[in-house]
Amino acid sequence: MCGIVGLLVKTPALREKLGELMVPMLIGMTERGPDSAGLAVFGTPLADSQRKISLYSGLTEDGADFNWLGLTHELKAHLGVNASITPKGNHAILGFDIAPTVVKRWIKEHHPKLHILSTGRSIDLYKDIGTPAEVAARYGFDKLTGSHLVGHTRMATESAVTPDRAHPFTAGEDFCLVHNGSLSNPNGIRRMLEPRGITFETDNDTEAACRFLEWRLREGDDLETALQKGFEELDGFFTFLMGTPDKLALIRDPFACKPAVVAETDDYVAIASEFRSLAHLPGVKHATVFEPAPEEMYVWNA
Amino acid sequence: MERLTFDLAAQPLRELNTFLHTGAKEGKVGHVTVLNPDGAHNIAVGLDCPIEVEVVGHAGYYAGGMNKSATVTITGSAGTGVAENMMSGKVHVKGFASNGAGASAHGGLLVIEGDAGLRCGISLKGGDIVVGGSVGSFSAFMAQAGRMVICGDAGDALGDSLYEAVLYVKGKVKSLGADAQYEEMTEADIAAVASLLDQAGLDHDPKAFRRIASQRALYHWNADANQEY
Repeated sequence: MCGIVGLLVKTPALREKLGELMVPMLIGMTERGPDSAGLAVFGTPLADSQRKISLYSGLTEDGADFNWLGLTHELKAHLGVNASITPKGNHAILGFDIAPTVVKRWIKEHHPKLHILSTGRSIDLYKDIGTPAEVAARYGFDKLTGSHLVGHTRMATESAVTPDRAHPFTAGEDFCLVHNGSLSNPNGIRRMLEPRGITFETDNDTEAACRFLEWRLREGDDLETALQKGFEELDGFFTFLMGTPDKLALIRDPFACKPAVVAETDDYVAIASEFRSLAHLPGVKHATVFEPAPEEMYVWNA
Repeated sequence: MERLTFDLAAQPLRELNTFLHTGAKEGKVGHVTVLNPDGAHNIAVGLDCPIEVEVVGHAGYYAGGMNKSATVTITGSAGTGVAENMMSGKVHVKGFASNGAGASAHGGLLVIEGDAGLRCGISLKGGDIVVGGSVGSFSAFMAQAGRMVICGDAGDALGDSLYEAVLYVKGKVKSLGADAQYEEMTEADIAAVASLLDQAGLDHDPKAFRRIASQRALYHWNADANQEY
């Protein structure tokens, strides 16, 4: 199973209500994915020189009591960087203006159990185990703002129920992917990517798809070309929903084994595994509702 | 005959289905309107009496499944498995239908005015299906009996491993499945298509359809075929 949701608002005024509109979408997919939930939200990008990373402390000994402010003091002392921190229990967004690889390497060295969820100028990422309602309340998803988001509710089949194996997965900067389905060749994809210096953090099949597509984008493919290569290389069942700073993209495997439905109005594009997650959206009764075809690319611009 | 309304925004689905399975059989209520279906699964499944049910909006999985005698109309779209295993009666979807529409239907008529997803009419066992739009790949796979009228196009592998079901297609067929073949339209075929279109309320020229049926080459195991069909 698993449920996917995506929302892109076209009307700028709705950016303030992005989280509020999305929470019922995510909770609506509880029956498809009750064990973990997560989402990636994209907002106005930071300046060129700035980066932010989303961090998860639930795997550290201190858990939600992690000393986030202390982390910024350590970064100042060790790297001389003035970092900002926006903590929320076991989650925090760390902002800084040096190369993210330096900060991430330092974190991995000094706080190896601190999990880095995402890196970029636009993306904030939250994911944890628990029902969608619990995870949404834990991080205040209803207060989130931004132009578009990608969300997921998980019913694990291919790897264990842990926070780092929840979706969305990220690779590189400002790219994320959620998956409903199961891949049959994730290990082949890993064996292809690992000699190229691409490292994996979990044994999850979705991570292979995420790193494959981000690798293609980094090699210079545009999103459409990367997705086409995904159709050629990724074998199995999938509905993938992906986010970049200015796009939402959706593809389904040639057998359309996993569902997806889209509702579009002048104000928004909303995507979910099933219509019941879209039924509450304003004006949905007059929306254009359609089912994305298998092996087609759907790309919406923020 | 009385009319009843169930608002699924205010009443649980079980209340609707319990009425349809019990109270409806008393024959006093002839028409039930279902408001705010909002994609709920299993709306009006397992009906067993000649009642009319109108679902105003989008239905989730298995709407009208196992239907017997009733007429179920969905004004919006239907999720996976609409009218699956229908025995008799009619299920009419005004919008599109997702995968597996009319799967293994033994009887009755399924009408989908819009497109149908993949595997429409898979393992059809005697029911009739009329699709106003196009059908996805692998439709009518292993269909044993019954008829399918497709007014639009068909995807890959249409009618793969057909038994005695007959398909009529007006538009383009991306590919036929193993053992399916085009056949001449007889007067009886044209009359059958005209009758099904009429029952579905769709206006097409019955002579514009092509007939697809089984070559029956797979009926007996051929050890020399080397898995090539």
